[in-house]
Amino acid sequence: MKESVSKKSQGNPVLTGLRLIVLSGLTGCLVYAVMSLPPADRGLSQEVNAQLSSSGVENPVTAVLLNFRAYDTLLEISVLVIALIGVWSLGLMPRRRVGSPGLVLTNLVEILIPFLILFSGYLLWVGSHAPGGAFQAGVILAAAALLFTLSGLPMPAHLAGWPLRLALVIGLGVFISIGVVMMITGGALLEYPPEAAKALILVIEAASTVSIGLILVCVFCGGRPRGPGGAP
Amino acid sequence: MNNALVFSLAGVGLFIIGLHGLAVYSHLLRKVLALNIMGSGVFLVIAGLARRLPDAEPDAVPDALVITGIVVAVAATALALALMLKVRADAGIPELPERERE
Repeated sequence: MKESVSKKSQGNPVLTGLRLIVLSGLTGCLVYAVMSLPPADRGLSQEVNAQLSSSGVENPVTAVLLNFRAYDTLLEISVLVIALIGVWSLGLMPRRRVGSPGLVLTNLVEILIPFLILFSGYLLWVGSHAPGGAFQAGVILAAAALLFTLSGLPMPAHLAGWPLRLALVIGLGVFISIGVVMMITGGALLEYPPEAAKALILVIEAASTVSIGLILVCVFCGGRPRGPGGAP
Repeated sequence: MNNALVFSLAGVGLFIIGLHGLAVYSHLLRKVLALNIMGSGVFLVIAGLARRLPDAEPDAVPDALVITGIVVAVAATALALALMLKVRADAGIPELPERERE
């Protein structure tokens, strides 16, 4: 079987030849599949643009992410939470070396982090009419928190219990709540009324930004946090 | 040969390189990296095909799919790396055991 080929069997000429044949065949198939697509196709951009005015936002990507295909985004945030549960179930966070990171890094962190948080908020807001949105803002937020973590400054341990867990799931919670409320008030799951769509999308995006940023930092740290609520 | 085709074929190339790495190397970190290269190839195919007409604006649906996919790929990579560290802590080496010959 090709999957079990390891470093030890690299020298085996039969296996190498077999691997070459399989990979070449697969390359041919994939190239043929790509080439056989219609070369001049608009995809779904006309359908998206036709419905853009009722979506509540002017950026077509945000409209697809949070309105037309909001279901995908909801499931994606669920996948993030599940990945975090997986990482946390494997053990405690490795102990970090807490110490003085040096004058330059401390000052740099103090200057950069407020700007990163501000920029994250800007990206969140601008996502309604230009490239930007919850994911980009969440990643910038995660970068700010990672910079803080890597600089060795002590993390606020009293927030590692319920406040952290609440912030981690608030994106998913708000998303599901709004979806269910839309169902109860007579629509389909996540079908927003056009006049309230922008406000609802912004609320979902703001909550998701916080959750995405924190989840990315927590999976980076590689385990449950120590401290109150984090102890096994 | 237009841009969309160049991007898509480059994506196919990345996918194949990643698949080769996944099959050949036994170190789990290399396997995780190979999976990431395969994923990047898939994203490049999807994003490249989003704009097949040079004068039209790109299709928003594949773009949204790729944005979603990238974040999921990052989370999956983090989970895979955490599992890899667990394997290394338990087995001593970051490799899966060779299959026993019957």
